[in-house]
Amino acid sequence: MSTLEILFFALSAFAIVSAIMVLVSKNPIHSVLWLILVFFAISGHYILLNAQFLAIVNIIVYAGAIMVLFLFVIMLMNVKSDNEPQKKLLTKFVGVLSGGSLLILLIALVKQTAQLQGKQVLMKEGTIGLIHPLGKALFNDYVLPFEISSVLFLSAMVGAVIIGKK
Amino acid sequence: MPIQYYIFFCLTLFSIGVVGVLTRRNAIIVFMCIELMLNAVNLLLVAFSKMHSGAALAASPTSTAGIDAQIFVFFIMVVAAAEVSVGLAIIVMMYRNTHSTDINFLNRLKN
Repeated sequence: MSTLEILFFALSAFAIVSAIMVLVSKNPIHSVLWLILVFFAISGHYILLNAQFLAIVNIIVYAGAIMVLFLFVIMLMNVKSDNEPQKKLLTKFVGVLSGGSLLILLIALVKQTAQLQGKQVLMKEGTIGLIHPLGKALFNDYVLPFEISSVLFLSAMVGAVIIGKK
Repeated sequence: MPIQYYIFFCLTLFSIGVVGVLTRRNAIIVFMCIELMLNAVNLLLVAFSKMHSGAALAASPTSTAGIDAQIFVFFIMVVAAAEVSVGLAIIVMMYRNTHSTDINFLNRLKN
């Protein structure tokens, strides 16, 4: 196995184990911390794919801003782990069963798709993930969506303040 | 690296997110599982972009095919950030009204 494969499988196993720990931990704060680990593993995958800009943005926006917001809200509410209501065991079992069926169905579909056979992902090469080509594309072809997203942020900000003020 | 490995990995992450939404009752955990699903889709988009980029680079060395997907992922992150701010404000308001983040309280919305 090459170094890339070892890194890929190690990061994938790390991400999946952390994602399962997000579900099974009783304390919401532990869930947030495990989710931060998932996001770091996904950033590692971006770096393996040489999408350096997205790796950094993922760490800054998700692990930095969004998860801190989650932690802040959880600590503000002082959610206790022991008084969290649990779903019935049957509901949990059905939920896991349907999620697992979805996974098996999609994997079976992907396995027999002829268009995907033998396609390779370009690892650690290529320049499209670097900040220079991405910035050029963003400010030439996608400048209108970029500006509209600022309006979206403004409306989200106003909405959050109005909802929180009541 | 074959594209199938990435698809399987992202499908697993996505399914874990689906299971979390279906089995947990804390609204914050449900919200975090939605973020997990968004991230799985983001990683899959980047993997597909690198797949197309690799095929195009073999034809012409200066091709920038596949850059649209990475811009798309950037916009998904932007929208997710806005969504989280509003969603957490809604959860805080729900906690103020019911003193709990149990999503079963939301069934009184149907009346």
